Amino acid sequence: MMKIKFELNNKEYVFNEDPSKRLLDILRNNFSLTGIKEGCGEGECGACAVLINGELINSCLVPLANVHNKKIMTIEGLSETKRGKLIKDSFSKAGAVQCGFCTPGMMMATEALLNKTAHPTVDEIKIGLSGNLCRCTGYNMIIEAVLLASKEGEGLW
Amino acid sequence: MKSVNKTIPSIDGKGLMMGRPAFTDDLAEKNSLIVKVLRSPHPFAKILNIDKSKALELEGVELILTHEDFKRNSYTRAGQGYPEPSPHDKFVLDEYVRHIGDEVCCVAAVTKEICEEALELIKVEYEVLNPILNFEDAIDNKSIIHDEPEAHEMFPIGFEPKRNIAASYKMEVGNTEEDVKKSDVVIKQSFYTQAQAHVMMEPHTVNARIDYLNRLVLYSATQTPIHVRRILSQTLEFPLSRIRVIKPRVGGGFGGKQALHGEMLVSAVTLRTGKPSKMVFTRKEVFESSYSRHPMRFDITLGASKDGMLETIDCYVLSDTGAYGEHALTVFMVAGSKVLPLYNKVKSVRFHGHVAYTNHTPAGAFRGYGAIQGNFALESAIDMLVDKLGMDPIEFRDKNMIKQGETSPIFAIMGEGTEGTAMNMESCELEFCLNRGYELINWKNTYPYIQVSKNIRRSVGMAIAMQGSGIPYIDMGSATIKLNDDGFYNLMVGATDIGQGSDTILAQIAAETLGCDTSQIIVYSSDSDLTPFDTGAYASSTTYISGNAVYKAALKMRQMIVREAALAFKVDESIIEYDGTTIKADDKEMTINELSNRLYYNEDQKQLTSTESYVGTKSPPPFMAGYVMIDLDTETGEVKIVDYVSVVDCGTTINPSLAKGQVEGGIVQGIGMAIYEEVLYNSSGKLVTNNLLNYKIPTRKEINKLTTEFAKSYEDSGPYGAKSVGEIGIDTPPAAIANAIYNAVGVRITSLPITPEKILLEMKKREGEKR
Repeated sequence: MMKIKFELNNKEYVFNEDPSKRLLDILRNNFSLTGIKEGCGEGECGACAVLINGELINSCLVPLANVHNKKIMTIEGLSETKRGKLIKDSFSKAGAVQCGFCTPGMMMATEALLNKTAHPTVDEIKIGLSGNLCRCTGYNMIIEAVLLASKEGEGLW
Repeated sequence: MKSVNKTIPSIDGKGLMMGRPAFTDDLAEKNSLIVKVLRSPHPFAKILNIDKSKALELEGVELILTHEDFKRNSYTRAGQGYPEPSPHDKFVLDEYVRHIGDEVCCVAAVTKEICEEALELIKVEYEVLNPILNFEDAIDNKSIIHDEPEAHEMFPIGFEPKRNIAASYKMEVGNTEEDVKKSDVVIKQSFYTQAQAHVMMEPHTVNARIDYLNRLVLYSATQTPIHVRRILSQTLEFPLSRIRVIKPRVGGGFGGKQALHGEMLVSAVTLRTGKPSKMVFTRKEVFESSYSRHPMRFDITLGASKDGMLETIDCYVLSDTGAYGEHALTVFMVAGSKVLPLYNKVKSVRFHGHVAYTNHTPAGAFRGYGAIQGNFALESAIDMLVDKLGMDPIEFRDKNMIKQGETSPIFAIMGEGTEGTAMNMESCELEFCLNRGYELINWKNTYPYIQVSKNIRRSVGMAIAMQGSGIPYIDMGSATIKLNDDGFYNLMVGATDIGQGSDTILAQIAAETLGCDTSQIIVYSSDSDLTPFDTGAYASSTTYISGNAVYKAALKMRQMIVREAALAFKVDESIIEYDGTTIKADDKEMTINELSNRLYYNEDQKQLTSTESYVGTKSPPPFMAGYVMIDLDTETGEVKIVDYVSVVDCGTTINPSLAKGQVEGGIVQGIGMAIYEEVLYNSSGKLVTNNLLNYKIPTRKEINKLTTEFAKSYEDSGPYGAKSVGEIGIDTPPAAIANAIYNAVGVRITSLPITPEKILLEMKKREGEKR
């Protein structure tokens, strides 16, 4: 057991836990954050992506010890922000959601991308979101969603 | 139309985007026992002994179940109409294991870690048997995969387990052998397709609990909740009336969830312990231990007259169903029934073959369901024939393909496991699809190819396809509509939304019929206790079958409302005018809110509820033409998809955006099958491509332009003119891409996936031949 301190969705938490547990399990089980999905458990699909100190990271590969003293943002936190709401509306308008299982991870990737590049080109979007697999859509609606968010969110990123 | 043929966002999208608890694992009891399965390291073996003593000593291990804990009730995991056309060749747990990853026994423990530790402490003694790892060696092999006396067919499907045959089939119209002899131009070719994996993003997931009524309640990521309930009850011998199956939101299925995966074991654990339990497949288990697409070999002979009329199609098919025969016969038959009618002017057709057992991961339902395999073979062969005739592929198809008002004898002969249903094409815009795609891809200026740079050839290729809309006289959908106070409705459907958006389009159909806004329709789907029957999400049936049920139920509700208004106004029903919001008769007026409140609390008190069901009497096919433009690098053999044009006739699109999502999602899966998704087994029968690193589904980087258009088409028998659209998108890419590669460099690749290696190798061979 180890004393862990982190900021999760803008709120600070201190608790004792096994530091070897996966961040994914801690967020889902201890914090009931169901927006984080386990698609593969191997860091390949991006369904469990969160932001750790602003970087997009698959939480299935992160032992709890690694996030001590760090800032974590999940889809639940992002949804509460202006940018999160805008991404949500853009995904909705572009018809980018089918089953919705990969979508929270995809939206986290969008936030990470737009944080770095407020006006990405289609190629930059393709690379920025290539770590997030989707098996339902043809991907193009997701690219449209990101372009829409980038356009309508002028000044937010 | 107000609500139908309108793009609205899917009704569940926003909640899912916010990560609200909605999927099966989000809804498991917090204290659920974790169920994990010990899986076979051998492709074929008899279990001699399972020593579970050490594992049972481990603190936190609740239960270990082996084959000795179950009665030998054989069943099929396939969720299909009952009696199932799949052989009953599976046990909950068996003393034989038939593929690497097959179930040996299962552990239930308080944590995942304890479960995994316990699995390692279980010692199993096996007698290793000779596996069959090549489906072309399976029939009449010395090894018999299903020698157990309990295995049986539910009705004749050509099941011959002693010969490793799960199913056989033969049909012939006319005399193909004679017609081949008489044909001016003949081609003969074999084609191979691979065991594509579904890779739905949500792995197979199920959890169970006993509720306060002492009933077994399952949450399952399934496409077929009602079939799950029936099969569970029959196999575990637990009363059907004490099982409730709830399908929450599902993270994609594509046919992969048209079967039971963890349901049996989780139910057995919860029934025995009284405690909630859950099982979530690992990604490796999804690859190795669920099922994949049936690999097939097609031996095709085509004969044509020299003026370009296709005279005869002769097709032998060998299909590999792996260790168990889920969907064995029906997938096989669809490879013919949803492909052969495309060319309805032939004098003769033969379609026959076998489905063989092997010791590979089983095969089962997968979007396209045989049609994509058959389409790759036939549409590749057609281009070979066209080439030999010296004709244009478009002109040949235009001359030979099925058109509006026509029929094919195949419809009456071939159904799914049984005889089919005769029908005429009352909505067939294939001709439009063919011509429109030709324009959109710029065929005229590109065919066969243009040299864009030293190494890059840009070429085009195409294929046509058809699918169905449900299975006539078998698939049933039903719907219940309830009028609430304040004038909003509940729509309860058995139809199973697995991410395709069926809840949304069914709400649109109800809203259109009732004249209200879609937001006034609150949909609940797929709860075996609360929603009416539906066979489930498969066979491209939801829009057409379930949609028709919703339409009928909504129409009935509308009539009930008019009747109640007539009572309230004390007038004859015939003079009532109702636009969905306001009810008028002469000078009297009342809103639906007022009427519904009156019915709940004041006068003529009653609950208005309408229920209707629908069984198809035919299966109107959606059609499409798929055109691809590729850039082929003649140095590396690499193929880049530049544009994929789909022109689709699915009748009216209830929600154009969701319909486009279905088509484009299918196209990308089809592109994956055509050129990326390689399935590799090692020599000892182990699936090597069992993770997302080795098994390559297309990512965003691989997908360029997709151009999708819908033909103006109206199917009279469908709800507001709609046909189904779930599968048609996947069918054309393998053949269209293979044809484009031929058009670029003159090599014909006959096995999937088409890798750069295969292309280069064939190009080298061809150069060798030229010299």
